[in-house]
Parts: sequence; C-alpha cells; structure tokens
Amino acid sequence: MTSLAATPAASSPAGHAATTASSAVFSSDELASIRSQFPILGREVNGHPLAYLDSAATAQKPLRVIEAEGAFYRESNAAVHRGAHTLAGEATELYEDARRTVADFLAVDENDVVFTSHATEALNLVAYALGTASIGRGAGASAAAAAYGLHAGDEILVTELEHHANLIPWQELAARTGATLRYIPVLDDGSLDLEAAAHLIGERTRVLALAHVSNVTGATLPLDVLVPLARAVGALVVLDACQSAPHLPLRPRELDVDIAVFSGHKLYGPTGIGVLYGRAELLNALPPFLYGGSMITTVTMERADYLPAPQRFEPGTPRIAQAIGLAEAVRFVSDLGLDRIAATEHALTQRMLDGLAHIPNIRVLGAPSPAPRVGLASIVVDGVHAHDAGQVLDEAGIPARVGHHCAQPLHRRFGVTASLRLSLGVHSTADEVDRALEAVASIRPFFGLSEGAMS
Amino acid sequence: MSGLEQLYQQIIIDHSKHPHGVGLDAGEETSHQRNPVCGDEITLALRWDAEGAHIDAVAWEGAGCSISQASASLLATLAEESVEEGSAWTPDDLTALIDEFREALRSRGATPLDEERFGDAAALSGVSKYVARVKCAMLAWVAAEDLLQRRSR
Repeated sequence: MTSLAATPAASSPAGHAATTASSAVFSSDELASIRSQFPILGREVNGHPLAYLDSAATAQKPLRVIEAEGAFYRESNAAVHRGAHTLAGEATELYEDARRTVADFLAVDENDVVFTSHATEALNLVAYALGTASIGRGAGASAAAAAYGLHAGDEILVTELEHHANLIPWQELAARTGATLRYIPVLDDGSLDLEAAAHLIGERTRVLALAHVSNVTGATLPLDVLVPLARAVGALVVLDACQSAPHLPLRPRELDVDIAVFSGHKLYGPTGIGVLYGRAELLNALPPFLYGGSMITTVTMERADYLPAPQRFEPGTPRIAQAIGLAEAVRFVSDLGLDRIAATEHALTQRMLDGLAHIPNIRVLGAPSPAPRVGLASIVVDGVHAHDAGQVLDEAGIPARVGHHCAQPLHRRFGVTASLRLSLGVHSTADEVDRALEAVASIRPFFGLSEGAMS
Repeated sequence: MSGLEQLYQQIIIDHSKHPHGVGLDAGEETSHQRNPVCGDEITLALRWDAEGAHIDAVAWEGAGCSISQASASLLATLAEESVEEGSAWTPDDLTALIDEFREALRSRGATPLDEERFGDAAALSGVSKYVARVKCAMLAWVAAEDLLQRRSR
C-alpha cells in the first residue's frame, strides 16, 4: 500500500516550504537508480542520449507505472461498480484502492477524490457544475446547490498568469451566469500584484481560481496571502496544482482550498487521468457535470436522483487502468519522498538559473523566485524565435517546450508571443542541465548573431 | 551538413533577417494565416496586373519563426523573378506551384523541391524532414492559396 513515510506535515503557511531546506538531495547512486526505472531514458534522440527537459508538459513514466497499467489489463480487466462476478469485484477493489492511494497522498478522505480524464476536465467540471447550480438545477434531492449559484453582480477572480485551462472555463461560466470575470494582474517581475488583489477580493467575489505554481515562471503563488482574503469574503478557492503536485508536497486542506486539481501524466502517471479534490460538503452539494450510468440512485422516465461524490462525478465506465497506473506513480514519488524530490530539483534549478544568467542575450521570464518553486525556466533568446531556438536543443537530443505554454495572456504581459521552456523531472541530472545550457549558449551563434550584440 | 544546417540554410537565415516583399497597402485584399501552436502569423496579398490575369507581386507582413518568415520572403522573391523573366504567374501557375511545394514539404525528405522551378525557395526542402515545422513553411503559401480560392469562387 501507499508509503507516506517520506512526507511529513509541513508547517509553513504555503504548506510545503518547511521540508525542502533540510532534506537531503539524492546521491548520485540514488539518482542512477531512479533513472534506471525510466525505460525511455535509455534511448537516443538525433544521435545524442535523450536529455528530457519537458517534464512540465508531460512526465516520462517509470517502468512500474507502465507495468501496473499493463498488469490490470492482463490480469484483472473488468468494468467496475457493476456486475457481481469475481473479476468485477477485483477490478473495483483495485480502482478504489487507487482512489485511497491518491487520497492518502493528498491527506484527504477518499470520497473527496474524483477521477477525471485530465486536470482540464476537472476544472471544467467545477465551472460547469457551478453554472448548473446557477440556473437552479440542484444535485438531485439536495437543494444545497443553490447557495453556490452565480448571478449578475457576482465576481469570479483569476490571475493573469493562469494556464488557459484555468481561465477559459471561468470566462464561459461568467458569460453563462452574468457574473463578471476579473483578474489579479502580474507585475513586471512575474509576481502577482498583491496590492491590487487586496482591492479585487471583496464581497462580490464568489470564486478565486488560481495556479499553485506558474507553468511559465515556476514560481509558487502566495496562497498564504490570497486564500485568507478569499476565505474572509466566503469565496470558493479553486487551485490548479498541475505544476506543483509532481514536485512539492501538496496538502489541499492545509492550504485551505475548496478544490484542487492535478493531472496524472505530469506526475509520472498515465495520460487520460486527472484528479479533482473537493471539500466533501461542496462536492455533495454540486450538481453533476456529465450524466449517465453509474452515478444515479433511482431513474424514472422523467427524472433521476444522483449518488453522492465521488460517484456523482464519474459517470460511464471510468478510467480504471489509468487510475491504477496513477496510483503506482503516486507510490513511486511517495517512496522517493516529495521533500527529497523538492530538495534535489531545487538544487538543480539553481544550477540551471545560474547558468542561464551567465549566457548573454537571454531573458528568463519572471524574476528568479525563491523556494518553494519548481524546476522550470522559460527563456527568450534575443533575435531568435522560440521555435528556432527549440530546434537547436532538439538537435542536441534535448526536448524542450516552445510556444506560449497555454498561457497567452502571461506571454503578452511579458511582451513576447512565445518562449522556450526547460523543465526538470525527478530523473534530471546536472549533466543534462549543463548540456542544455551549452545548447542554449550556441543558439545565437548558430543563427549568425554575435555574442553581446543585440540583433 | 548536419540536419540543423540543412534546415537552416544560409539562404533561409538571410531571408528571415532581410525579408523581401514586406509591406501591405491599406485596404488591399489579404489572407491572414496563423499557426496557433507557436503564434506565427502571415498576412499576405496577391497583386494582379491591369487585366487581372497575372500576378505582379506577392506582398506580406508577419511575425514568427525564421522558417515562416523566410518562406514568405522566398515566395515573394519567386514572384518577383517570374515577372522579371516575363513569365508572370497565372492563377493556375501559382496553384500548381503551391501543390508541388506542399507535396515536397510533406514528403519527409523523399521529394526535394525542384531548383529549376523554385529557385532559392528550394532551400526550404530541408524543412520536410522536420514534421513539426512544415506548417511554419506552409503559412505564406496557404495564404496565397486562400486568396486564389476566393478569387475562383
């Protein structure tokens, strides 16, 4: 079962800072052993050993995750929560074990954990359910949904640095309900304008939706400041934890958020699986998002009553193999210890940021932010489009993300359309970071732009 | 020559730094093409002779990666050369060129661009091995195709 030994309770307001400074980084032997668990790291790309620096887009998978998914199909495949045969019972047990593993990982109750297809679906689920509550549709017999409805005059607050998945569903919810969407602006250094936030969060604020960690700057958002402000006005707090969950201990209850979502594939798990944590009272008050089988109690030709969470939000045959794979991924990071993962990645991040600072004509988006942060940096190379810059890294066997990383508004705020993002994973090494730095330093010379001179 | 050098031949780097055919007139008919993946943009116009039978020039404005910008510049240059040689393109000529261009770029390196037909633009052959970059190179040509299709409707 789940190993939780390596994730002691954090005491900082942000819920995860206390452990990182004192935890030991992985030794080179430990790192070698971690790397040996990722089959893909044995391959070459364009004649070079693969140095995968795109973990923020999707993480590579350790063999035990690949095997866990395969083992389910080989040995226990059956539809869950329906049918009384032995296999169905086994499959259901494995699926619900996976839910318990994720719940333990987050230190929440298992009924507070809903499996979705991805984090994007989880965020859409919440926004859509709030929209349904707004038009007076409830959660079957319960009338509690009405209290969560949004109407003209209400406000939804996001930040300017959100991933599109935590922006567009709120735009649509505002359009459907007549509520107003507002946002906390980003300052030149990439941090949030907290002075503006204090004015923006008020009696009209019904929802505050924000990222835990920016997928462009790697900085942790100041939840210790913003969540109490939202709490004081009774707003729901929705946390996009996609970029934090694989790298920092995540404790939604300590963070005092109502909803937290993350994706499985960024946490070394399979694609096609996301996690929605929700406070029990909230989940049980919200109406469903998708309707169908496996989420009802009684159905007549006229109407239906719905099961409580989490089943209410998991209609149809769920993502069984993916949930089982994700549970194995959770055990993988828990066995390593998220505090040690954070400490190791932080040291490597420092090496990466220091190295980038020494390369002329490179701009790193956002000021270097202190721990807790995650190991990613988005850079702009003067005179070279991000697509061209990324091609140089790809040629060197270093996959890195180019584009706007689904954060067009933040790129616009920084005055650029695209950037090149390097992002670390649990298997990243100093050698890989150095190779990336060398490749980044070679970009301008390759395109005939001289060192030190602006193009 | 490494793969990267084949992709970024000097002609391409030169055209991306000093592009030809840039500058649109207010009010002229244009096609705006955008690559949502990277935000590359090209707005392009076909300028016709008095009879409307031949293309006098290709003009454009845009922003984006060197491949997308060089490709637009090379298309404009090719149009310029066809006029200088007294064989300005008819709509059918340009349609045939666009089709050949697309076929070569989608060939994954199997069919290089014919230097006789494409001149300096044949340097874009290297793009065909980079599946993710084909869209970049196609952007200006898709804009031209869009204008031709609108015209024939």
